[in-house]
Amino acid sequence: MSFSEKANPRGSVGDRLRDALPRLVLSPSVAIVAIFVYGFIFFTLYLSFTDSRILPSFGWVGWHNYDNLFRIRAWDTAVSNLVVFGVLYIAICCALGLLLAILLDQRIRAEGFIRTIYLYPMALSFIVTGVAWKWFLDPGIGIEAVVQGWGWTDFKFNWIKDREMAIYTIVIAAVWQTSGFVMAMFLAGLRGIDGEMMKAAQIDGASTFALYRRIVIPQLRPAFMSAFVVLAHMAIKSYDLVIALTGGGPGTATELPATFMYSYTFTRNQMGIGAASAVIMLMTIAAIIVPYLWSELREKK
Amino acid sequence: MVTASNSRASSFGRIVLYAVLGLFCIYYLLPLYVMLVNSLKPLSEITAGGMMSLPRDWTFAPWLSAWSSAQVGVEATGLRPYFLNSIVMVVPAVALSTLVGALNGYVLTKWTFRGSTIVFGLLLFGCFIPFQMVLIPMARMLGLMGLAGSVAGLVFVHFVYGIGFSTLYFRNYYAAFPTELVRAAQIDGAGFFRIFLRILLPSSGPIAVVCIIWQFTNIWNDFLFGASFSDFSSQPMTVALNNLVQSSTGVKEYNVHFAGAIMAALPTLFVYIVAGRYFVRGLMAGSVKG
Repeated sequence: MSFSEKANPRGSVGDRLRDALPRLVLSPSVAIVAIFVYGFIFFTLYLSFTDSRILPSFGWVGWHNYDNLFRIRAWDTAVSNLVVFGVLYIAICCALGLLLAILLDQRIRAEGFIRTIYLYPMALSFIVTGVAWKWFLDPGIGIEAVVQGWGWTDFKFNWIKDREMAIYTIVIAAVWQTSGFVMAMFLAGLRGIDGEMMKAAQIDGASTFALYRRIVIPQLRPAFMSAFVVLAHMAIKSYDLVIALTGGGPGTATELPATFMYSYTFTRNQMGIGAASAVIMLMTIAAIIVPYLWSELREKK
Repeated sequence: MVTASNSRASSFGRIVLYAVLGLFCIYYLLPLYVMLVNSLKPLSEITAGGMMSLPRDWTFAPWLSAWSSAQVGVEATGLRPYFLNSIVMVVPAVALSTLVGALNGYVLTKWTFRGSTIVFGLLLFGCFIPFQMVLIPMARMLGLMGLAGSVAGLVFVHFVYGIGFSTLYFRNYYAAFPTELVRAAQIDGAGFFRIFLRILLPSSGPIAVVCIIWQFTNIWNDFLFGASFSDFSSQPMTVALNNLVQSSTGVKEYNVHFAGAIMAALPTLFVYIVAGRYFVRGLMAGSVKG
Protein backbone atom coordinates (compact mmCIF):
# COMPACT_ATOMS: atom_id res chain seq x y z
CA MET A 1 0.00 0.00 0.00
CA SER A 2 2.98 2.22 0.23
CA PHE A 3 3.57 4.77 -2.47
CA SER A 4 6.72 6.34 -1.31
CA GLU A 5 8.81 3.33 -2.11
CA LYS A 6 10.92 5.47 -4.38
CA ALA A 7 9.84 5.49 -7.96
CA ASN A 8 13.15 7.09 -8.73
CA PRO A 9 15.87 6.96 -6.10
CA ARG A 10 18.20 9.38 -7.84
CA GLY A 11 15.63 11.84 -9.13
CA SER A 12 15.87 15.60 -9.45
CA VAL A 13 15.35 17.94 -6.53
CA GLY A 14 11.74 18.32 -7.57
CA ASP A 15 11.20 14.57 -7.54
CA ARG A 16 12.78 14.24 -4.16
CA LEU A 17 10.71 17.06 -2.82
CA ARG A 18 7.62 15.35 -4.16
CA ASP A 19 8.64 12.11 -2.50
CA ALA A 20 9.25 13.87 0.77
CA LEU A 21 6.10 15.96 0.63
CA PRO A 22 3.86 13.60 2.63
CA ARG A 23 6.42 13.39 5.39
CA LEU A 24 6.88 17.15 5.28
CA VAL A 25 3.15 17.60 5.76
CA LEU A 26 3.21 15.26 8.72
CA SER A 27 6.33 16.72 10.26
CA PRO A 28 4.84 19.76 12.04
CA SER A 29 2.49 17.45 13.95
CA VAL A 30 5.32 15.11 14.76
CA ALA A 31 7.42 18.02 15.97
CA ILE A 32 4.57 19.42 18.06
CA VAL A 33 3.89 16.08 19.68
CA ALA A 34 7.60 15.42 20.16
CA ILE A 35 7.95 18.68 22.08
CA PHE A 36 4.61 19.15 23.79
CA VAL A 37 3.93 15.56 24.70
CA TYR A 38 7.20 13.68 24.94
CA GLY A 39 9.49 16.61 25.64
CA PHE A 40 7.16 17.81 28.36
CA ILE A 41 6.86 14.34 29.84
CA PHE A 42 10.62 14.23 30.03
CA PHE A 43 10.75 17.71 31.56
CA THR A 44 8.25 16.82 34.28
CA LEU A 45 10.04 13.54 34.88
CA TYR A 46 13.24 15.48 35.35
CA LEU A 47 11.57 18.00 37.69
CA SER A 48 10.39 15.16 39.86
CA PHE A 49 14.04 14.53 40.72
CA THR A 50 14.80 18.16 41.54
CA ASP A 51 14.32 20.57 44.41
CA SER A 52 11.69 22.63 42.52
CA ARG A 53 9.37 24.51 44.85
CA ILE A 54 7.40 27.51 43.56
CA LEU A 55 9.31 27.55 40.24
CA PRO A 56 11.21 24.87 38.38
CA SER A 57 14.75 24.59 39.59
CA PHE A 58 17.37 22.07 38.68
CA GLY A 59 19.12 20.97 41.84
CA TRP A 60 19.21 17.18 41.66
CA VAL A 61 17.78 15.46 44.74
CA GLY A 62 17.43 11.89 43.50
CA TRP A 63 14.43 9.95 44.82
CA HIS A 64 13.82 12.42 47.61
CA ASN A 65 10.48 13.69 46.23
CA TYR A 66 9.17 10.16 45.77
CA ASP A 67 10.26 9.23 49.30
CA ASN A 68 8.41 12.26 50.60
CA LEU A 69 5.39 11.68 48.42
CA PHE A 70 4.77 8.25 49.87
CA ARG A 71 5.06 9.63 53.34
CA ILE A 72 2.46 12.34 52.81
CA ARG A 73 -0.84 11.31 54.27
CA ALA A 74 -2.84 13.29 51.69
CA TRP A 75 -1.23 11.23 48.89
CA ASP A 76 -2.12 8.06 50.73
CA THR A 77 -5.72 9.28 50.95
CA ALA A 78 -5.72 10.25 47.29
CA VAL A 79 -4.47 6.85 46.17
CA SER A 80 -6.85 4.84 48.34
CA ASN A 81 -9.70 7.10 47.21
CA LEU A 82 -8.72 6.41 43.63
CA VAL A 83 -8.82 2.67 44.26
CA VAL A 84 -12.27 2.85 45.87
CA PHE A 85 -13.59 5.27 43.26
CA GLY A 86 -12.00 3.48 40.31
CA VAL A 87 -13.18 -0.01 41.24
CA LEU A 88 -16.74 1.07 41.98
CA TYR A 89 -16.94 3.40 39.01
CA ILE A 90 -15.74 0.79 36.53
CA ALA A 91 -17.78 -2.05 38.04
CA ILE A 92 -21.05 -0.11 38.29
CA CYS A 93 -20.68 1.49 34.86
CA CYS A 94 -20.03 -1.90 33.27
CA ALA A 95 -22.88 -3.62 35.11
CA LEU A 96 -25.34 -0.83 34.41
CA GLY A 97 -24.13 -0.38 30.85
CA LEU A 98 -24.47 -4.08 30.11
CA LEU A 99 -27.92 -4.27 31.69
CA LEU A 100 -29.20 -1.28 29.74
CA ALA A 101 -27.68 -2.54 26.51
CA ILE A 102 -29.34 -5.94 26.89
CA LEU A 103 -32.68 -4.35 27.76
CA LEU A 104 -32.44 -2.00 24.80
CA ASP A 105 -31.56 -4.86 22.50
CA GLN A 106 -35.04 -6.43 22.84
CA ARG A 107 -36.52 -4.70 19.78
CA ILE A 108 -37.63 -1.74 21.79
CA ARG A 109 -39.91 0.80 20.24
CA ALA A 110 -38.40 4.29 20.36
CA GLU A 111 -35.00 2.77 21.01
CA GLY A 112 -33.22 5.72 19.42
CA PHE A 113 -35.06 8.16 21.63
CA ILE A 114 -34.27 6.24 24.81
CA ARG A 115 -30.64 5.89 23.78
CA THR A 116 -30.45 9.64 23.28
CA ILE A 117 -31.68 10.17 26.82
CA TYR A 118 -29.25 7.65 28.32
CA LEU A 119 -26.29 9.13 26.55
CA TYR A 120 -26.80 12.88 26.79
CA PRO A 121 -24.83 13.31 30.05
CA MET A 122 -21.69 12.47 28.04
CA ALA A 123 -22.12 15.76 26.20
CA LEU A 124 -22.02 17.76 29.43
CA SER A 125 -19.00 19.18 31.16
CA PHE A 126 -18.03 17.48 34.43
CA ILE A 127 -18.34 20.93 35.98
CA VAL A 128 -22.01 21.09 35.01
CA THR A 129 -22.56 17.56 36.30
CA GLY A 130 -20.74 18.49 39.49
CA VAL A 131 -22.87 21.57 40.07
CA ALA A 132 -26.13 19.73 39.46
CA TRP A 133 -25.26 16.86 41.81
CA LYS A 134 -23.62 19.12 44.39
CA TRP A 135 -26.91 20.87 45.11
CA PHE A 136 -29.04 17.82 44.50
CA LEU A 137 -27.10 15.89 47.17
CA ASP A 138 -26.80 18.86 49.52
CA PRO A 139 -28.66 17.94 52.71
CA GLY A 140 -29.82 21.53 53.24
CA ILE A 141 -31.78 21.93 50.00
CA GLY A 142 -31.44 18.71 48.02
CA ILE A 143 -32.88 15.24 48.16
CA GLU A 144 -32.72 15.00 51.97
CA ALA A 145 -34.66 18.22 52.48
CA VAL A 146 -37.16 17.27 49.78
CA VAL A 147 -37.93 13.81 51.17
CA GLN A 148 -38.18 15.22 54.68
CA GLY A 149 -40.60 17.80 53.30
CA TRP A 150 -42.72 14.96 51.92
CA GLY A 151 -43.21 13.67 55.46
CA TRP A 152 -40.37 11.19 56.03
CA THR A 153 -38.76 13.43 58.63
CA ASP A 154 -36.19 10.78 59.61
CA PHE A 155 -34.79 10.52 56.11
CA LYS A 156 -31.06 11.17 56.00
CA PHE A 157 -28.83 11.47 52.99
CA ASN A 158 -25.83 13.61 53.80
CA TRP A 159 -23.03 11.60 52.23
CA ILE A 160 -21.59 14.68 50.58
CA LYS A 161 -20.93 16.22 53.98
CA ASP A 162 -19.72 12.97 55.52
CA ARG A 163 -15.97 12.24 55.44
CA GLU A 164 -16.54 8.51 55.25
CA MET A 165 -19.18 8.58 52.53
CA ALA A 166 -18.29 11.60 50.38
CA ILE A 167 -16.18 9.57 47.94
CA TYR A 168 -19.29 7.60 47.03
CA THR A 169 -21.04 10.77 45.88
CA ILE A 170 -18.25 11.14 43.30
CA VAL A 171 -19.04 7.61 42.16
CA ILE A 172 -22.76 8.45 41.90
CA ALA A 173 -22.20 11.52 39.73
CA ALA A 174 -19.50 9.90 37.59
CA VAL A 175 -21.63 6.81 36.94
CA TRP A 176 -24.54 9.03 35.99
CA GLN A 177 -22.37 10.80 33.45
CA THR A 178 -20.63 7.83 31.84
CA SER A 179 -22.86 4.75 32.14
CA GLY A 180 -24.84 5.69 29.04
CA PHE A 181 -21.64 5.70 27.05
CA VAL A 182 -20.75 2.22 28.32
CA MET A 183 -24.26 1.15 27.34
CA ALA A 184 -23.60 2.38 23.80
CA MET A 185 -20.34 0.43 23.65
CA PHE A 186 -22.02 -2.79 24.76
CA LEU A 187 -24.95 -2.20 22.46
CA ALA A 188 -22.58 -1.90 19.52
CA GLY A 189 -20.99 -5.15 20.67
CA LEU A 190 -24.37 -6.90 20.93
CA ARG A 191 -25.30 -5.79 17.44
CA GLY A 192 -22.14 -7.41 16.14
CA ILE A 193 -22.97 -10.85 17.49
CA ASP A 194 -23.76 -13.58 15.05
CA GLY A 195 -27.52 -14.17 15.00
CA GLU A 196 -27.24 -17.73 13.68
CA MET A 197 -25.53 -18.95 16.81
CA MET A 198 -28.27 -17.42 18.92
CA LYS A 199 -30.97 -19.09 16.88
CA ALA A 200 -29.24 -22.46 17.13
CA ALA A 201 -28.99 -22.16 20.89
CA GLN A 202 -32.64 -21.15 21.12
CA ILE A 203 -33.70 -24.15 19.10
CA ASP A 204 -31.69 -26.31 21.47
CA GLY A 205 -33.91 -24.91 24.19
CA ALA A 206 -31.48 -22.66 26.00
CA SER A 207 -33.20 -20.26 28.39
CA THR A 208 -32.75 -16.53 27.75
CA PHE A 209 -30.58 -16.27 30.83
CA ALA A 210 -28.33 -19.14 29.76
CA LEU A 211 -28.21 -17.68 26.27
CA TYR A 212 -26.78 -14.42 27.56
CA ARG A 213 -24.47 -15.99 30.10
CA ARG A 214 -23.03 -18.66 27.84
CA ILE A 215 -23.09 -17.11 24.39
CA VAL A 216 -23.66 -13.39 24.38
CA ILE A 217 -21.58 -12.08 27.26
CA PRO A 218 -18.44 -14.07 26.40
CA GLN A 219 -18.57 -12.57 22.92
CA LEU A 220 -18.61 -9.09 24.39
CA ARG A 221 -15.06 -9.44 25.61
CA PRO A 222 -13.66 -6.78 23.22
CA ALA A 223 -16.35 -4.34 24.34
CA PHE A 224 -15.46 -5.07 27.97
CA MET A 225 -11.82 -4.44 27.18
CA SER A 226 -12.55 -1.09 25.55
CA ALA A 227 -14.90 -0.08 28.34
CA PHE A 228 -12.33 -1.00 30.96
CA VAL A 229 -9.55 0.95 29.29
CA VAL A 230 -11.68 4.04 28.71
CA LEU A 231 -13.16 4.03 32.21
CA ALA A 232 -9.87 3.30 33.97
CA HIS A 233 -8.13 6.13 32.22
CA MET A 234 -11.03 8.49 32.92
CA ALA A 235 -10.96 7.50 36.59
CA ILE A 236 -7.25 8.22 36.91
CA LYS A 237 -7.63 11.57 35.19
CA SER A 238 -10.72 12.57 37.21
CA TYR A 239 -10.26 16.13 38.29
CA ASP A 240 -13.06 18.46 37.19
CA LEU A 241 -15.83 16.45 38.79
CA VAL A 242 -14.16 16.39 42.19
CA ILE A 243 -13.42 20.11 42.04
CA ALA A 244 -17.02 20.97 41.17
CA LEU A 245 -18.74 18.44 43.41
CA THR A 246 -16.77 18.48 46.64
CA GLY A 247 -13.62 20.52 46.04
CA GLY A 248 -11.75 17.53 47.46
CA GLY A 249 -13.55 17.81 50.78
CA PRO A 250 -14.90 17.54 53.36
CA GLY A 251 -11.32 18.05 54.53
CA THR A 252 -9.32 15.82 52.20
CA ALA A 253 -11.95 13.08 52.06
CA THR A 254 -12.35 13.13 48.28
CA GLU A 255 -8.88 14.10 47.11
CA LEU A 256 -7.72 12.10 44.10
CA PRO A 257 -4.21 12.01 42.61
CA ALA A 258 -5.20 14.61 40.01
CA THR A 259 -6.37 17.12 42.64
CA PHE A 260 -3.38 16.30 44.82
CA MET A 261 -1.01 17.04 41.96
CA TYR A 262 -2.65 20.37 41.24
CA SER A 263 -2.72 21.63 44.78
CA TYR A 264 0.83 20.53 45.62
CA THR A 265 2.21 22.08 42.45
CA PHE A 266 0.30 25.32 42.21
CA THR A 267 -0.99 26.22 45.65
CA ARG A 268 1.41 24.56 48.07
CA ASN A 269 4.51 25.34 46.01
CA GLN A 270 5.91 21.82 46.21
CA MET A 271 6.52 21.48 42.50
CA GLY A 272 8.98 18.59 42.86
CA ILE A 273 6.44 16.53 44.75
CA GLY A 274 3.68 17.56 42.36
CA ALA A 275 5.80 16.43 39.43
CA ALA A 276 6.50 13.12 41.15
CA SER A 277 2.77 12.53 41.64
CA ALA A 278 2.13 13.33 37.97
CA VAL A 279 4.77 10.80 36.97
CA ILE A 280 3.02 8.14 39.02
CA MET A 281 -0.29 9.00 37.34
CA LEU A 282 1.35 8.71 33.93
CA MET A 283 2.90 5.35 34.77
CA THR A 284 -0.44 3.98 35.91
CA ILE A 285 -2.21 5.13 32.76
CA ALA A 286 0.61 3.93 30.53
CA ALA A 287 0.39 0.49 32.10
CA ILE A 288 -3.22 0.31 30.91
CA ILE A 289 -3.08 2.22 27.62
CA VAL A 290 0.16 1.05 26.05
CA PRO A 291 -0.74 -2.66 25.84
CA TYR A 292 -4.18 -1.66 24.57
CA LEU A 293 -2.89 0.61 21.79
CA TRP A 294 -0.24 -1.96 20.97
CA SER A 295 -2.77 -4.70 20.38
CA GLU A 296 -5.18 -2.41 18.51
CA LEU A 297 -2.53 -1.14 16.12
CA ARG A 298 -1.08 -4.57 15.52
CA GLU A 299 -4.45 -6.06 14.71
CA LYS A 300 -5.11 -3.35 12.19
CA LYS A 301 -2.08 -4.11 10.11
CA MET B 1 -32.24 -11.33 19.73
CA VAL B 2 -35.61 -11.74 21.35
CA THR B 3 -37.39 -14.94 22.11
CA ALA B 4 -40.44 -14.68 19.94
CA SER B 5 -43.43 -15.89 21.83
CA ASN B 6 -46.82 -14.34 22.24
CA SER B 7 -47.95 -15.83 25.49
CA ARG B 8 -49.42 -13.65 28.19
CA ALA B 9 -46.29 -14.02 30.30
CA SER B 10 -44.23 -12.48 27.57
CA SER B 11 -46.48 -9.47 27.15
CA PHE B 12 -46.25 -8.95 30.91
CA GLY B 13 -42.50 -9.15 30.48
CA ARG B 14 -42.64 -6.42 27.85
CA ILE B 15 -44.51 -4.13 30.23
CA VAL B 16 -41.89 -4.67 32.94
CA LEU B 17 -39.17 -4.08 30.35
CA TYR B 18 -40.62 -0.77 29.27
CA ALA B 19 -41.19 0.25 32.88
CA VAL B 20 -37.55 -0.42 33.74
CA LEU B 21 -36.36 1.49 30.68
CA GLY B 22 -38.68 4.33 31.63
CA LEU B 23 -37.32 4.45 35.17
CA PHE B 24 -33.82 4.76 33.82
CA CYS B 25 -34.97 7.61 31.59
CA ILE B 26 -36.14 9.39 34.72
CA TYR B 27 -32.82 8.68 36.41
CA TYR B 28 -30.85 10.24 33.58
CA LEU B 29 -33.19 13.19 33.14
CA LEU B 30 -33.56 14.00 36.82
CA PRO B 31 -30.49 16.27 37.17
CA LEU B 32 -31.49 18.14 34.03
CA TYR B 33 -34.99 18.58 35.41
CA VAL B 34 -33.59 19.81 38.72
CA MET B 35 -31.36 22.34 36.97
CA LEU B 36 -34.13 23.56 34.73
CA VAL B 37 -36.99 24.01 37.21
CA ASN B 38 -34.77 25.52 39.87
CA SER B 39 -33.31 28.02 37.44
CA LEU B 40 -36.81 29.36 36.93
CA LYS B 41 -37.92 29.87 40.53
CA PRO B 42 -37.11 32.38 43.27
CA LEU B 43 -34.42 31.37 45.75
CA SER B 44 -36.90 31.19 48.62
CA GLU B 45 -38.76 28.29 47.00
CA ILE B 46 -35.55 26.26 46.82
CA THR B 47 -34.45 26.91 50.36
CA ALA B 48 -37.94 26.03 51.59
CA GLY B 49 -37.39 22.46 50.42
CA GLY B 50 -39.09 22.72 47.05
CA MET B 51 -36.24 21.55 44.84
CA MET B 52 -38.27 18.86 43.13
CA SER B 53 -41.44 20.86 42.53
CA LEU B 54 -42.28 23.06 39.61
CA PRO B 55 -41.89 26.79 40.24
CA ARG B 56 -44.84 28.48 41.90
CA ASP B 57 -43.64 31.90 40.79
CA TRP B 58 -42.04 31.47 37.40
CA THR B 59 -39.19 33.90 37.01
CA PHE B 60 -36.50 34.49 34.46
CA ALA B 61 -34.46 36.64 36.84
CA PRO B 62 -31.89 33.93 37.73
CA TRP B 63 -31.03 33.58 34.03
CA LEU B 64 -30.57 37.31 33.60
CA SER B 65 -28.46 37.46 36.71
CA ALA B 66 -26.30 34.50 35.69
CA TRP B 67 -25.80 36.00 32.26
CA SER B 68 -24.98 39.58 33.06
CA SER B 69 -24.76 40.53 36.71
CA ALA B 70 -23.81 37.65 39.00
CA GLN B 71 -20.57 37.76 40.94
CA VAL B 72 -17.97 35.62 39.16
CA GLY B 73 -14.71 35.64 41.05
CA VAL B 74 -14.05 39.25 41.94
CA GLU B 75 -16.23 40.94 39.36
CA ALA B 76 -19.98 41.12 39.01
CA THR B 77 -20.05 40.59 35.26
CA GLY B 78 -22.19 37.51 34.99
CA LEU B 79 -21.08 34.69 32.74
CA ARG B 80 -21.43 36.53 29.44
CA PRO B 81 -17.76 37.52 28.95
CA TYR B 82 -16.66 33.97 29.73
CA PHE B 83 -19.17 32.46 27.37
CA LEU B 84 -17.67 34.66 24.66
CA ASN B 85 -14.16 33.62 25.72
CA SER B 86 -15.14 30.00 25.26
CA ILE B 87 -16.48 30.67 21.79
CA VAL B 88 -13.39 32.60 20.75
CA MET B 89 -11.29 29.74 22.12
CA VAL B 90 -13.27 26.86 20.63
CA VAL B 91 -13.69 27.95 17.02
CA PRO B 92 -10.04 28.32 15.94
CA ALA B 93 -8.87 25.39 18.08
CA VAL B 94 -11.43 23.05 16.51
CA ALA B 95 -10.76 24.29 12.98
CA LEU B 96 -6.99 23.96 13.27
CA SER B 97 -6.91 20.54 14.88
CA THR B 98 -9.46 19.15 12.42
CA LEU B 99 -7.59 20.45 9.39
CA VAL B 100 -4.25 19.12 10.60
CA GLY B 101 -5.87 15.83 11.60
CA ALA B 102 -7.28 15.41 8.09
CA LEU B 103 -3.88 15.92 6.47
CA ASN B 104 -2.21 13.58 8.95
CA GLY B 105 -4.81 10.90 8.40
CA TYR B 106 -4.30 11.22 4.65
CA VAL B 107 -0.54 10.81 4.92
CA LEU B 108 -0.78 7.95 7.41
CA THR B 109 -3.07 5.88 5.17
CA LYS B 110 -2.30 6.77 1.56
CA TRP B 111 1.37 7.71 1.79
CA THR B 112 2.57 5.30 4.39
CA PHE B 113 6.29 5.05 5.01
CA ARG B 114 8.46 2.86 7.12
CA GLY B 115 7.58 3.57 10.73
CA SER B 116 4.30 5.35 9.99
CA THR B 117 2.38 3.05 12.33
CA ILE B 118 4.80 3.85 15.11
CA VAL B 119 4.40 7.57 14.42
CA PHE B 120 0.66 7.13 14.62
CA GLY B 121 0.96 5.17 17.87
CA LEU B 122 3.08 7.94 19.37
CA LEU B 123 0.57 10.59 18.27
CA LEU B 124 -2.25 8.55 19.72
CA PHE B 125 -0.62 7.93 23.08
CA GLY B 126 -0.51 11.71 23.46
CA CYS B 127 -4.32 11.70 23.71
CA PHE B 128 -4.33 9.53 26.77
CA ILE B 129 -1.61 10.96 28.96
CA PRO B 130 -2.76 12.60 32.18
CA PHE B 131 -2.41 16.26 31.37
CA GLN B 132 -1.03 16.87 34.83
CA MET B 133 2.17 15.68 33.23
CA VAL B 134 2.37 18.71 30.91
CA LEU B 135 0.97 21.47 33.12
CA ILE B 136 4.24 22.70 34.56
CA PRO B 137 6.30 22.90 31.34
CA MET B 138 3.31 24.21 29.38
CA ALA B 139 2.82 27.06 31.83
CA ARG B 140 6.46 28.01 31.28
CA MET B 141 6.29 27.55 27.54
CA LEU B 142 3.22 29.77 27.22
CA GLY B 143 5.09 32.38 29.20
CA LEU B 144 8.04 32.18 26.83
CA MET B 145 5.72 32.42 23.85
CA GLY B 146 4.02 35.46 25.33
CA LEU B 147 0.69 33.66 25.46
CA ALA B 148 0.37 33.22 29.21
CA GLY B 149 -3.09 33.94 30.56
CA SER B 150 -4.60 34.63 27.14
CA VAL B 151 -7.31 33.05 25.06
CA ALA B 152 -4.75 32.60 22.28
CA GLY B 153 -2.70 30.49 24.66
CA LEU B 154 -5.70 28.26 25.33
CA VAL B 155 -6.36 27.94 21.60
CA PHE B 156 -2.79 26.80 21.16
CA VAL B 157 -2.96 24.26 24.00
CA HIS B 158 -6.21 22.76 22.77
CA PHE B 159 -4.93 22.62 19.22
CA VAL B 160 -1.79 20.79 20.32
CA TYR B 161 -3.57 18.17 22.39
CA GLY B 162 -6.39 17.84 19.87
CA ILE B 163 -4.14 16.66 17.04
CA GLY B 164 -4.03 13.06 18.27
CA PHE B 165 -7.76 12.41 18.22
CA SER B 166 -8.33 14.27 14.95
CA THR B 167 -5.63 12.18 13.32
CA LEU B 168 -7.19 9.01 14.73
CA TYR B 169 -10.57 9.83 13.21
CA PHE B 170 -9.32 10.69 9.75
CA ARG B 171 -6.82 7.88 9.67
CA ASN B 172 -9.44 5.25 10.44
CA TYR B 173 -11.83 6.80 7.97
CA TYR B 174 -9.34 7.11 5.12
CA ALA B 175 -8.06 3.58 5.76
CA ALA B 176 -11.38 2.34 4.37
CA PHE B 177 -11.16 4.64 1.37
CA PRO B 178 -10.19 2.71 -1.79
CA THR B 179 -6.48 3.14 -2.34
CA GLU B 180 -6.92 2.20 -6.03
CA LEU B 181 -8.59 5.55 -6.62
CA VAL B 182 -5.62 7.36 -5.18
CA ARG B 183 -3.23 5.26 -7.21
CA ALA B 184 -5.17 5.86 -10.42
CA ALA B 185 -5.16 9.61 -9.84
CA GLN B 186 -1.46 9.45 -9.19
CA ILE B 187 -0.85 7.69 -12.48
CA ASP B 188 -2.87 10.42 -14.14
CA GLY B 189 -0.35 12.85 -12.78
CA ALA B 190 -2.25 14.29 -9.85
CA GLY B 191 -0.05 15.43 -6.99
CA PHE B 192 -0.26 15.02 -3.26
CA PHE B 193 -2.49 18.00 -2.52
CA ARG B 194 -4.59 17.63 -5.64
CA ILE B 195 -5.51 14.08 -4.71
CA PHE B 196 -6.38 15.20 -1.22
CA LEU B 197 -8.48 18.17 -2.31
CA ARG B 198 -10.22 16.54 -5.29
CA ILE B 199 -10.62 12.92 -4.21
CA LEU B 200 -10.52 12.46 -0.44
CA LEU B 201 -11.79 15.76 0.88
CA PRO B 202 -15.12 15.74 -1.01
CA SER B 203 -16.08 12.47 0.67
CA SER B 204 -14.82 13.43 4.11
CA GLY B 205 -18.03 15.13 5.21
CA PRO B 206 -19.19 12.60 7.77
CA ILE B 207 -15.85 12.15 9.50
CA ALA B 208 -15.26 15.90 9.52
CA VAL B 209 -18.57 16.32 11.35
CA VAL B 210 -17.61 13.59 13.81
CA CYS B 211 -14.24 15.19 14.42
CA ILE B 212 -15.58 18.73 14.75
CA ILE B 213 -18.25 17.65 17.20
CA TRP B 214 -15.79 15.66 19.29
CA GLN B 215 -13.27 18.49 19.43
CA PHE B 216 -15.95 21.07 20.09
CA THR B 217 -17.42 19.08 22.98
CA ASN B 218 -14.04 18.30 24.49
CA ILE B 219 -12.64 21.77 24.24
CA TRP B 220 -15.81 23.52 25.38
CA ASN B 221 -16.02 21.19 28.38
CA ASP B 222 -12.36 21.37 29.32
CA PHE B 223 -11.64 22.61 32.79
CA LEU B 224 -8.06 21.66 33.64
CA PHE B 225 -6.33 23.73 30.95
CA GLY B 226 -8.73 26.60 31.44
CA ALA B 227 -8.07 26.66 35.17
CA SER B 228 -4.31 26.36 34.72
CA PHE B 229 -3.54 28.72 31.86
CA SER B 230 -6.07 31.54 31.95
CA ASP B 231 -6.35 34.69 34.00
CA PHE B 232 -9.45 36.57 35.05
CA SER B 233 -10.03 38.11 31.66
CA SER B 234 -9.51 34.94 29.59
CA GLN B 235 -11.29 32.28 31.63
CA PRO B 236 -13.48 29.89 29.70
CA MET B 237 -17.06 29.15 30.67
CA THR B 238 -16.38 26.04 32.76
CA VAL B 239 -13.90 27.85 34.98
CA ALA B 240 -16.21 30.82 35.38
CA LEU B 241 -19.14 28.56 36.26
CA ASN B 242 -17.05 26.87 38.92
CA ASN B 243 -16.06 30.26 40.33
CA LEU B 244 -19.67 31.37 40.34
CA VAL B 245 -20.75 28.31 42.31
CA GLN B 246 -17.81 28.15 44.69
CA SER B 247 -17.70 31.85 45.52
CA SER B 248 -18.20 32.03 49.25
CA THR B 249 -19.35 35.61 49.58
CA GLY B 250 -22.95 36.30 50.44
CA VAL B 251 -25.99 34.08 50.02
CA LYS B 252 -25.69 31.03 47.81
CA GLU B 253 -28.00 31.75 44.91
CA TYR B 254 -28.75 28.20 43.84
CA ASN B 255 -31.19 29.28 41.15
CA VAL B 256 -28.47 31.44 39.55
CA HIS B 257 -26.01 28.56 39.76
CA PHE B 258 -28.43 26.25 37.98
CA ALA B 259 -29.11 28.83 35.29
CA GLY B 260 -25.36 29.24 34.79
CA ALA B 261 -24.86 25.48 34.63
CA ILE B 262 -27.47 25.19 31.88
CA MET B 263 -25.82 28.01 29.97
CA ALA B 264 -22.49 26.18 30.13
CA ALA B 265 -24.21 22.99 28.98
CA LEU B 266 -26.36 24.47 26.21
CA PRO B 267 -23.87 24.63 23.33
CA THR B 268 -22.74 21.01 23.66
CA LEU B 269 -26.24 19.83 24.45
CA PHE B 270 -27.53 21.59 21.37
CA VAL B 271 -24.91 19.95 19.20
CA TYR B 272 -25.72 16.59 20.78
CA ILE B 273 -29.42 16.93 20.06
CA VAL B 274 -28.90 18.14 16.49
CA ALA B 275 -26.13 15.73 15.55
CA GLY B 276 -26.18 13.06 18.23
CA ARG B 277 -25.46 10.30 15.74
CA TYR B 278 -22.11 11.82 14.87
CA PHE B 279 -21.31 12.47 18.50
CA VAL B 280 -21.84 8.82 19.34
CA ARG B 281 -19.77 7.76 16.36
CA GLY B 282 -16.96 9.95 17.61
CA LEU B 283 -17.19 8.51 21.09
CA MET B 284 -17.06 4.99 19.76
CA ALA B 285 -14.24 5.65 17.33
CA GLY B 286 -12.27 7.08 20.21
CA SER B 287 -12.58 3.85 22.15
CA VAL B 288 -13.54 0.90 20.01
CA LYS B 289 -11.78 0.09 16.79
CA GLY B 290 -12.81 2.41 13.99
